[in-house]
Order: sequence, then structure tokens, then C-alpha cells
Amino acid sequence: MNHGASITFAGVRSRYPGSEIDAVGGVDLTVDAGSFITFVGPSGCGKTTLLRTVNRLAPITGGRIEIDGIDTATLDPVAMRRSIGYAIQAIGLFPHMSVGENVAVVPTLARWTRSEISSRVDEMLELVRLDPARYRNRRPSQLSGGEAQRVGVARALAARPRTLLMDEPFGALDAIVRRELQAELKQIVASVGTTTLFVTHDVGESLRLADRIVVLKDGTIEQSGTPLEILAHPRTPFVRELFAEDPAVARLRDAARTNA
Amino acid sequence: MIALTLAHLGIVASALAVALAIALPLGIVAARRTRGSALLLGTLGAIYTIPSLALLALLVQAFGLGVAPLFIALVAYAQFMLVRNIVAGLRGVDAGTLDAGRGLGMTARELLVRVELPLALPAIVGGIRIAAVAMVALATLGGYVGAGGLGSLIFNGLALHHDRDIVAGSLAVCALAIAIEISLRTLERRLTPH
Repeated sequence: MNHGASITFAGVRSRYPGSEIDAVGGVDLTVDAGSFITFVGPSGCGKTTLLRTVNRLAPITGGRIEIDGIDTATLDPVAMRRSIGYAIQAIGLFPHMSVGENVAVVPTLARWTRSEISSRVDEMLELVRLDPARYRNRRPSQLSGGEAQRVGVARALAARPRTLLMDEPFGALDAIVRRELQAELKQIVASVGTTTLFVTHDVGESLRLADRIVVLKDGTIEQSGTPLEILAHPRTPFVRELFAEDPAVARLRDAARTNA
Repeated sequence: MIALTLAHLGIVASALAVALAIALPLGIVAARRTRGSALLLGTLGAIYTIPSLALLALLVQAFGLGVAPLFIALVAYAQFMLVRNIVAGLRGVDAGTLDAGRGLGMTARELLVRVELPLALPAIVGGIRIAAVAMVALATLGGYVGAGGLGSLIFNGLALHHDRDIVAGSLAVCALAIAIEISLRTLERRLTPH
């Protein structure tokens, strides 16, 4: 059942060409197969860059990342990206393709047969609770924000990736739809067993989704642990403040302290 | 009359096809280079500003009378309009869309063919439309250099004071330009996603 990949970051650094500073400056992290990890922190903390080092959209300029024990530097980036699901905000859907064609992108690139692709598209749309008969031929512009993001999730998971990368996928949605999708996403990735790395600046979202939260600041890990650990024992004032911003979070933390 | 219109259209269409075959690779390369594209568009823009009759006269010096000088002038003029729109279309593709394509594992070529060109297509067709209309007008000068087309009707009419020929030729050129404008504009709208 657990078909997720294990991922190891060993001293990972990332510096963009022409930049004077590391966007990610030495990250060590072990991600267990099938777990749900959130990267959380303020803008510019390096969370998106760290995510992008995994599929090498951001350069790895120091250290290495191993997926299931294989150093990703030894893999062809294009082939590797096809084996890793990737979802960003709704704008990432291809506006000139139908919903079905969007979901079929990676299977098409990987040259699955027409019938395999067609049945997979239906299967994925059902997984994200969009009726294939109704949605398959729609254009992204005919979708609500929540529907578009469901399609994004279906597209990311279509080729059965063992790792799923998500960068603020629900950032543009209103609070109610966001909650709904968070719950569904958690359920979906648990059912397929994919290892998920999820970037968000919303601490509430990270608490609801994560098995482990990784708090980043200035390109390094400030603290990593389960939501309960982080709420009950923030290691630094930065972590404490980050998680105290939200009054609901403060209540949760107090509850966690009493339970701990 | 119909034969002349078809000849006119034929010169424009074949020059447009050649122009596009040159402009497309130029535009694709230029879209990725800021400095290179400024230089290229500057050069093409300079060609574009040469008065058409002067350019045609120069080309007749080099290639003699006939279709050749007109054809070359048409191709040269069209470059600026075509390349400019191809570059603008490709650069206008949303950064998030490109990032998604790359992240899903498209090669640079797959990204170009499956995402960038289809999304730039309305802008590219817009360039073709502007170029085609300008070329229909410019090709009228072909009558002056013995390249045939509707221009020959107009220029002969002027020389022989056949007012009917002048009016008929002019109206046909206008009708051709308007027909191209309308049909390509319709295509452009169809291609725009929504």
C-alpha cells in the first residue's frame, strides 16, 4: 500500500545563478515514505526553493538529495520530473487544453496508450470528485477556483508518482473551499500512499495537513517536528511567534500543552 | 480580372509563407534573448521604415524587373511585423504555466510545441493578419516592376487613362485586404482560449 518514496536531504544548498546568497543554505532532512511534510515560513525563507530542489527546478549547489537512496544528481531531470507529481496555484493549468487533456499531460508525455490514458483520466477525476462526463471537456476558464485546483491535483497524481510536490496549491482559494480541499487532499494522498511535500505560508494549513512540519527561516531549518511537538515546544522565539499569529492556533497550542 | 486577383493573392500568399518560415525560427530564438531580440527587431524595424518604392527600386537594380524584386520586398517587409508578434506572443505566456510544464517533465522542445506556441498562436496570427494586409497593399507596386497582379491593372489604367481599370483594380485590392483582415481576425478570436 505504501508506495511513497523516502527522501533524504543532506546538506542541501541552493543558490540561483548571479545571486550572492544561498536561497537554501544547508538543509538536512529525512522524509519517511508516505508521509505528509509541510514547509512553512515567511516569504523569502526558502521554502519554495527547497521544494524545487527536489525536482531540480531550483539548482542544487551543495549537498545532495536522495530519493529512495538514489542521488537525484545522477538522474535525467526530465525523466525524474515525470516520476514526481507537481502542483502549483490554479494558474498552472494549461488554458488551451481541456480538463481531460490537462490531467493527461504526463501520461501523454510518457506515451501511454490512448485507452490507458482515457481510463486513467476518468479515474483521476473521480478521485478528486469531479464527474468525468461533466468536466472532461471543459476548459480551465470554465472552472471555479476549487475545481481548477482539484484538476491540478488530479494532473499531478495521474502518472502514479511516488512523490508529490505542491507549492501553495490552495493559496488563491477562499477559506471555506480551502478547508474542504485540505481535508480531501489529505485523504487522497493517504489513499494512494504518495510522499507529499507541501509549501505554505499558512500555519493553520500546515497544522491541518502535516505529519511533520518543517519551519524555515533564511534558508535553513528553524525547527522540524510533528504539529504537536512544534506547538508544545517551539524551539525558538521565531517559531513561537509564527505559530502564535493565529488565535485559533494559540488555542490549539494551549490544548496541546495540557495534553502533552 | 479574376486571374489578376488570384495572381495578386498568389504572390502575397507565397511571400507570406516564405516570410513565416524565416520569421518563426527567428522569433523563437529572439524571444529567449533580451539583447539579441532588441538588435534583431531594431534591424527589422529599420528595413520596415525604408519607403517601399525606394526599396523596390533598389531591388530592381539588383534583380531586374519581374516577380523577384517584389517577392523579396514583401518578405523583407513582413519580417518586422511577424517577428515582433511572435516574440510578444511567446513572452506573454504566463510564467506559472511554463513552470507547471517544466515541473511536469516537459523538455524544452515539448514545452515549445505543446504549450508556448499554442498559447502564442493568437498573437502570431495577429502578426500574420497585419503583415498580410500590408503585403496586399505593397504588392500593388508589383504592377510597376512587371510582377503582375492587380497593380498592373491600376498602373496600365493610369498610363492609358482607362478610368474603369483604375477603379476596378483599386476596389479589388481593397476588397482583398478587407477579406483577409476579416477572416484572419475571426481566426484569431477563435484561437484565443476562453
